Amino acid sequence: MKNPPEKGFASFISDCSKWALTGSTSYKIYLFALLVIIGTGVWAYSHQFREGLIVTGMSNIVSWGLYISNFTFFVGVAAAAVMLILPAYVFKDEDFHEVVIIGECVAVGALVMCLLFITVDMGGPQRLWHIVPGLGLFNWPSSILTWDVLVLNGYLALNTLVPLYILYCNYHNRKPVGWKYRPFIFLSIFWAVSIHMVTAFLYEGLPARPFWNNPLLGPRFLASAFAAGPAVIMMVIIAIKETTSYPIDPIIFKKLKRIIVIAAVINLLMLFSEVFKEFYTFTHHSLSAQYLFFGLDGHDALVPWIWTAISLNILGTLLFAFDPTKGNTKYLMVAAISLFTGIWIEKGFGLIVPGFVPSPIGEVVDYVASKTEILITLGILATGILIVTMLTKPALHILSNFKMLNTD
Amino acid sequence: MDSRKNEEGRMKKEEHPEGKSTRRSFLEGLSIAAAASSASLATGCSLNSLPESKEEFGLKWEEYFKKNYRLMTQKEKDDTVERLIKLAKLNDNQDLTISNQAPREKVLYGYAFNITRCEGFMDCVEACVKENNLDRNAKTQYIRVFEMEPGKLDPSTGDGKYFHEVPVDDKFYMGVQCFHCENAPCIKACPVKATWREPDGIVVVDYDWCIGCRYCMAACPYWGRRFNWGKPFVPKEEITRQQHYLGNRQRMKGAMEKCTFCIQRTRQGKLPACVEACPTGSRVFGNLLDPDSEIRFVLKNKKVFRLKEDLGTDPKFWYFID
Repeated sequence: MKNPPEKGFASFISDCSKWALTGSTSYKIYLFALLVIIGTGVWAYSHQFREGLIVTGMSNIVSWGLYISNFTFFVGVAAAAVMLILPAYVFKDEDFHEVVIIGECVAVGALVMCLLFITVDMGGPQRLWHIVPGLGLFNWPSSILTWDVLVLNGYLALNTLVPLYILYCNYHNRKPVGWKYRPFIFLSIFWAVSIHMVTAFLYEGLPARPFWNNPLLGPRFLASAFAAGPAVIMMVIIAIKETTSYPIDPIIFKKLKRIIVIAAVINLLMLFSEVFKEFYTFTHHSLSAQYLFFGLDGHDALVPWIWTAISLNILGTLLFAFDPTKGNTKYLMVAAISLFTGIWIEKGFGLIVPGFVPSPIGEVVDYVASKTEILITLGILATGILIVTMLTKPALHILSNFKMLNTD
Repeated sequence: MDSRKNEEGRMKKEEHPEGKSTRRSFLEGLSIAAAASSASLATGCSLNSLPESKEEFGLKWEEYFKKNYRLMTQKEKDDTVERLIKLAKLNDNQDLTISNQAPREKVLYGYAFNITRCEGFMDCVEACVKENNLDRNAKTQYIRVFEMEPGKLDPSTGDGKYFHEVPVDDKFYMGVQCFHCENAPCIKACPVKATWREPDGIVVVDYDWCIGCRYCMAACPYWGRRFNWGKPFVPKEEITRQQHYLGNRQRMKGAMEKCTFCIQRTRQGKLPACVEACPTGSRVFGNLLDPDSEIRFVLKNKKVFRLKEDLGTDPKFWYFID
């Protein structure tokens, strides 16, 4: 090797931050805009911290709202990284190898968002140390929420450490040693499924809420995640292709498209099965579904949302399935945004809010997110995007350098 | 009550063996560092108000780092109660009595509600709000009374917001509150064991330990829980000063609360406020383990039923018909 004094971890970090922060003027404007949105979110949160959750639109009847909805959705996005890892490492797909790092960066960003959404949803965030195993009292294995804490943090660790190791080796122009990271790759594949199943079990395990107490919930979470997640990853890859010189083989789009179509079709099939069950024999337990799709007792806040979601869902699936442009990035971007938004609404508050309506004693209340809630949510989304950017940029820099050095 | 449940409910006195004490103190040190900032936020939110006295800050600091009530020794329970009394005196110049009275021996509470007699006056609701220092801003109520159509027995078909003269002909009334389930879904759900069933059957919340995730609220099939979305408020002259740590003491924003069968009264042998206030005698409360109690008489001689039996929650709250 040509560079005799081995550069340490400190220089790795400083180089990475340099690559992450330098860029064109438009890149700097983009970062600045994200920081402004984050700042607004922090300001809104300080208001919520002082006043309590009373500044949100939640109530004793609809006691989870925008935060938990987004949490649920982004667990799916995080889990979807497995759709790149699995072909890249298990089926040794060379094309996916090129972009697997992007999937992992998206997973880290999504997980940080999930943890932030949970934190801002807490009534007593200053008492959160009570849930730290060893310090507080961890109700494991009884409470599914403690399982979720474990799997989410574990998945975050896996998705941080494995790419970090590979990049660190490449940074020093070494090939990563297989046995040191491959076991963790396989673990993370299993783990990705588990984060989403456990999150589904949070809801699925509550007989109090018939709308959620449905064994299809977990599998359906996975199907929708494996459609929406790769759609997000596709959006990121298109953005990278359009704004950087990092080489992206068009075959990637073709393969991602195939994954998305299969998952989206399975998701729609399961949605249809659920709708059939709720409305063919209309029971007392179908009231939540009625509230969601048609409104109940004059309350219909979710009706326009769910029909928009289903339309976007079908539109996105069709756009991906019949692509006349054969991989035009603008076309794919439209398809990805449509599918992503559809699933986001449907699996976000289209899933969480109707679970609470009507309440177990029959009361119907509409939930409308407050301004504070929306600002905090936007702040967290911007944080996620910032993290994905800050991770992807240096990662791609290191990878292309490494490839250049090794092909010469 | 079967013995397995009993064991689950029993508290572990010492969690960590002595060999782990260094690790524990290390973790505690870490936690102090990590939590110091949030502690100062939590305890000293009054950045723009008057600076606190050193005594007050010290008390709040110790309160912040105290354990889950179930893990406290009797001395620790006494200490925290003493601190809470002092803080109430320092902050609002209030003289409170806060008890940490343990469950009475050979007692398991049960409740029965006579749907033939109740006429929907809601005196129970009023008495409960007052006795339990419920938030007047949010108009929190532990008890909801539903006006029911004949031919229905499910409160979700009734009207819980009636506002007219009662009783109305051809209607009957049904009160709902926390049913203190033996197999309570809320207890299973709580990630930090902040809610549990006491040996006398009362499902309680450690308000200071609750992190406010509201998973218990989602898990409850009877809508028995209430959350403090904002800072609860009770006019000073209306505060009930006889309090219990697990009962009607001052709650804080972001904590869950619920009916405790008036633990501060029942553990002293009194009746819950709702039972005492009921003008029609529709509410029966007593010890299920005492064969001569009124509740046992009702269970033996009346036709009783419970809500949502299919969920297997085993509530300690029955409805009956005269």
